[in-house]
Amino acid sequence: MLELEHIDKHFNRGTPAEVRAIEGLDLTVKDGEFLVLIGFNGSGKTTLLNLISGTQTPDRGRVRIDGMDVTGLRDYQRSLWIARIFQDPLAGTAPDLSILDNFRLASLRTRPKSFRTAVDRRFRQRVKERLSVLHMGLEEKTDSLVGKLSGGQRQALTLLMAVMDRSRILLMDEPTAALDPKSSDLLIHMASSLITELGLTAILVTHDLRYAGTYGTRLVMMEGGKIRRDLDRNEKSSLTPGDLVSWFT
Amino acid sequence: MNFYLSAVILGLAYCGMGLGIYISLRIFNIPDITTDGSYTLGAAISASLLSSGHSIPVVLLVVLVCGGLSGMATGLIHTRMKIDPLLAGILVMTALYSVNLAVMGRSNIPLLNTPTVSGILPFPGTESSRWMGAMLLFTIALCVLIGWILKTDFGLAMRATGNSEQMVRANGVNTNRMKVIGLGLANALTATSGFLVCQYQGFTDINMGIGIVIFGLGAVMMGEAILSFTKLIATGFHLAAVILGCVLFRVIIGAALTLGINPNWLKLVTAVIVLGVVGLPGIKLRMR
Repeated sequence: MLELEHIDKHFNRGTPAEVRAIEGLDLTVKDGEFLVLIGFNGSGKTTLLNLISGTQTPDRGRVRIDGMDVTGLRDYQRSLWIARIFQDPLAGTAPDLSILDNFRLASLRTRPKSFRTAVDRRFRQRVKERLSVLHMGLEEKTDSLVGKLSGGQRQALTLLMAVMDRSRILLMDEPTAALDPKSSDLLIHMASSLITELGLTAILVTHDLRYAGTYGTRLVMMEGGKIRRDLDRNEKSSLTPGDLVSWFT
Repeated sequence: MNFYLSAVILGLAYCGMGLGIYISLRIFNIPDITTDGSYTLGAAISASLLSSGHSIPVVLLVVLVCGGLSGMATGLIHTRMKIDPLLAGILVMTALYSVNLAVMGRSNIPLLNTPTVSGILPFPGTESSRWMGAMLLFTIALCVLIGWILKTDFGLAMRATGNSEQMVRANGVNTNRMKVIGLGLANALTATSGFLVCQYQGFTDINMGIGIVIFGLGAVMMGEAILSFTKLIATGFHLAAVILGCVLFRVIIGAALTLGINPNWLKLVTAVIVLGVVGLPGIKLRMR
């Protein structure tokens, strides 16, 4: 279970440019819950994900995972529990490494990086099987450099890499923002299937209200650094597309 | 002919530095100026310890450790104090000048009648062939070692750190620690070149490292330029290209000297060669 208690996060504190990104936020995400987070630009959605993943630390409040206080842990330490897909499709993979090497690194997320050379035939086969579900032909290009792939292909790889190891929380920060509609649909559908299949706890930040209405088991809307609306599965299912649009007008 | 043979031997002696610069520049994306100081540090420690009767293996060990510590100092200044790596390198390089002077006790130490790597290794033939054998052995050993490290999971995390820091941190790698270790490794390799070159030349001079980083950068880029004509992408080929770049660069400088260029202009010639290697692709693109 992921818990955020009384979180405050300000930027440029004490200056004329001070921004109150998050204010007194409380949020609990239960195991296996798929939370979709929507809101205006600047409402604090990405900051919230940064605070959960440890890229940023809160000015006040605590972050807990399974009851353990992780507020003081850095992002690379929180990767024991958390995997992340970034808005920039190029940010989640290393372009000068091969597809296989990227997957190898992802498979070691929760383990020490030792002096072993462990890309063997079995691992290669495992990666090929994972890649085949994309139907992009990447299973035949495992030795190709990731930098030669398209943004959509790289974002799909990032998703598969996110579920390679034992991380149980998946954070997705507008993962379709830079993708064409077909790639976006494929990615979100695949993410939803993997979340259900693996029983992951997930948070998806999106501006696409189609996805917000269709996917997830809970819908949260942020505004001005606070949670304005919080709908469970039943309340969410009774929403019409018009309801969602009206929240933004 | 002997002149070119000497250039090849010297080129091989510089391979440690070339590999060090490859690690800092190409793997971590950091132009590490510490090289100028750590190269001289390797030579200073070697000259000082060899002339006081220490054995070659002991000297090599001390050189590796001290070179590594100098690189780690740059890494710590960069990661802990959030100082630009270029400036961190300049600071450590400047500090190392005093350290090197303190180690040497004077500005120049001749190495006469002291043991050398070519003397302790059982290679037959003339002095040149013994040196060639010793340098080749060192070069192969360093390449195999670095090639192996880069193939391991640890090396994979190192390669990814300079490539996509955000991705690497999200995959559980402490990138600051990686940079400190990587710069330590790079400068340990560079110090090895100081260790070899001072023995081959027969002296250590406090100014021998000035501008040496330019030579290293040029050698790495020259190797990459050659590699770019092929479709080889494996790390082993990159390391081989660095070695080729080091040797080729020394041979070109050797050729410039045989053409009668005044040795006083050597640094200018070096800079022009590097400028040529770095700038030509851009000029070619503009002409298209």
